[in-house]
Amino acid sequence: MKRFALSFILLSISTLPALAQEPPAAKPAAVTSDARIQSLEEQVRVLVEQVSQLRAEVRTLRDTKGPDSAGENKVVLASSRIEAGMLPSAPEPAPQPIVALAATPAPAQVAQTQTYGGATSNAKLLNPDISMIGDFIGTAGRNTVSPGKALELHESEVGMQAIIDPYARADVFISFGEEGVNVEEGYLTFTSLPAGLLMKVGKMRAEFGKVNTIHNHALAYIDRPLVTNNLIGGEDGIDDAGISLTRFLPAPKNWFAEGTAQVYRGDSSDVFSSNRRQDVSVVGHLRAYRDLTESTNIDLGVSYARGHNNAGINTTFDPENFTTNLYGADATLRWKPLRRAIYKSFLFRTELFWSNRDQLSPLNVFQTQHAFGLYSSAEYRLNRRWTLGGRFDRSGHATNANLTDTGFSGILTYWPSEFSQIRTQYRYGHLWDDKTLRYTDANEILFQFLFVMGAHGAHPF
Amino acid sequence: MFLAKLIQKSLAAALSLALVLAICAPVTRADSKIQIMTATTDLAALAEEIGGDKVQVESIARGYQDPHFVEAKPSFLLKLRHADLLIVVGLELEIGWLPPLITQSTNPKIQVGAPGYFDASRFAKILEIPTGAVTRAEGDVHPQGNPHYWLDPENGLRIAKGIADKLSQMRPGDAAYFAQRYTAFEQKLKQADQQWMAQMKPYGGRKIVTYHRSWPNFAEHFGLNVVGYVEPRPGIPPSPQHTVELIGQMKRDGIKVICVEPYFDLKTPNAVARDTSGKVLVLMPSVGGEKEITDYFKLFDYDIAKLKQAFDETK
Repeated sequence: MKRFALSFILLSISTLPALAQEPPAAKPAAVTSDARIQSLEEQVRVLVEQVSQLRAEVRTLRDTKGPDSAGENKVVLASSRIEAGMLPSAPEPAPQPIVALAATPAPAQVAQTQTYGGATSNAKLLNPDISMIGDFIGTAGRNTVSPGKALELHESEVGMQAIIDPYARADVFISFGEEGVNVEEGYLTFTSLPAGLLMKVGKMRAEFGKVNTIHNHALAYIDRPLVTNNLIGGEDGIDDAGISLTRFLPAPKNWFAEGTAQVYRGDSSDVFSSNRRQDVSVVGHLRAYRDLTESTNIDLGVSYARGHNNAGINTTFDPENFTTNLYGADATLRWKPLRRAIYKSFLFRTELFWSNRDQLSPLNVFQTQHAFGLYSSAEYRLNRRWTLGGRFDRSGHATNANLTDTGFSGILTYWPSEFSQIRTQYRYGHLWDDKTLRYTDANEILFQFLFVMGAHGAHPF
Repeated sequence: MFLAKLIQKSLAAALSLALVLAICAPVTRADSKIQIMTATTDLAALAEEIGGDKVQVESIARGYQDPHFVEAKPSFLLKLRHADLLIVVGLELEIGWLPPLITQSTNPKIQVGAPGYFDASRFAKILEIPTGAVTRAEGDVHPQGNPHYWLDPENGLRIAKGIADKLSQMRPGDAAYFAQRYTAFEQKLKQADQQWMAQMKPYGGRKIVTYHRSWPNFAEHFGLNVVGYVEPRPGIPPSPQHTVELIGQMKRDGIKVICVEPYFDLKTPNAVARDTSGKVLVLMPSVGGEKEITDYFKLFDYDIAKLKQAFDETK
């Protein structure tokens, strides 16, 4: 119908100049000529009216959502016309023959242009996907080493995600915390590079193990593991401005392997500190994955990171000689039965970290501290709304490998819907207290409310 | 000198890894079949109908899996990176898992908007497009309409037409083959649909309850009347209050059939059925939901046979 209307308009418009250009000199008598002109004028008037009517009709058709491109083809099953009133679409006059349908050009790949609120709303279609995630945390109990606030809106993360052009997409996550605003991540991903390369440019969480790549709200626990705080830069982790290249690697049959190489400016929390422009840090990650069954899979990784630290600043030593080398290994086992994916699942994950930090001893002697830390966690989805989890933590301190913190946590999560979570976590810690210079026990209950507004893009697996 | 030292000291690891990446030559494929990946099995079935032996088709989701919640496993990337065409359901059905897979596939051909990205919803008749303000107070609403549109054979035909045109565009040399396959499919589907309609005719206007809003297109085509849902809102698990209301409604209206998708828990539907002397029916929304449902035709054969049986048993 749309096509018919359009071709009619075009036909009508193309006839107008022809009619207008009819040479009056060709008429033998003035009377006949006048009458003819009058009749032509009348015809033109009628045609103009018809054109405007059809224009309006076309506009209405465009604004109405139907099977947009396919609607032109009007493929209607014969049987659909058997029962009147049961038809999803009224049969059009004379459906086109199949041969003609096959010959029609394929509709162009364009985005749907649905409108919800008049012409101006079309501009909104180009807005990025915007989301906001609220993360409210409450803490009670005893912890003298790293006491959390009683109640806080820990973080409000605004996400903006969009496809930039045919070659790239961008993701920006801005985090509003109690201490200010921070661009947690903001990077461009080039999706159409040759040789299967995936390049990211911007500020991002480094591909160092698993937990370092996960945003706060996507963690399975309210807090991060002890080892993150002790060795890998705390809550922000290795999160820096840089360039990342990822590529699939050749792998044995049924295995998936991927390598990532990243270069960062060299400033990440208290892990890396760039004193000079050339003090960049590097991160490398190798990942191997395999489906054991359709419900079970295993995910393995090794990571390396190297950068300068701040131990040599304001000393007689050359700061260039003080580096931190981090090594990581991670293993994840997932189980999720496909028929009951929303009700049952299990995940076991463990990550090991080694930190080699160059620093000065209390006697001002150059030394390297070799600290080790790990966490192991397991989460089990009991049903659609409840998830139970537990985590064991153990980690040395980056600056003093002999001081080892130990802890464990248990967590219960309730999901009112997939857009909100309510959690409570019990956390025990046997922690070294720098102020009293002895170990102290921490016993805390944490609770958390998480909520998502808007269209938050999916997180990588 | 200084620069050399810098590179040695700080980029050695990155460079060695980059070297590994660089020497891995891209894998080339010998066969000339069009490699098609689809989000769901139904789209795969339609692509197979049209593509025949000129295509190699694989679906990411399984037929018995909830298409809203598929895990974006890296193993799918291995397949996506070689795909010439990616057919998606669209309407944000796959929003929770497909976008990262597309990005990480590093395959320029199937990126959103690229010639190898095919959104089947553009060819289908879409129902339940919300008007006015859309909020999640209504649950997991799809602002662009209900994405379970493939359960109407007419939409199946429309999508098949779109696929035929797309394949012809990709392989002009095989256009006649695809056109012929489409014609054959259309004729077969029309015949099948006549039978399905005849089978369903005695039950026209029957009221049913479904678990999720998966069936509006199916119900419209076959003249069924979906009057209630086990879920209080799309994506929200059943609540006791809503279940009590649903039981009341079913008793009032004499509704006996509760249709449940294979990936939902049967506890609440069974409880409702017990209270209303009704029958719980596990209907398959997708090809491959059961082993015997191997193509698009068998999907309707299966569901219609099940419905017929349930209607007859609950007269």
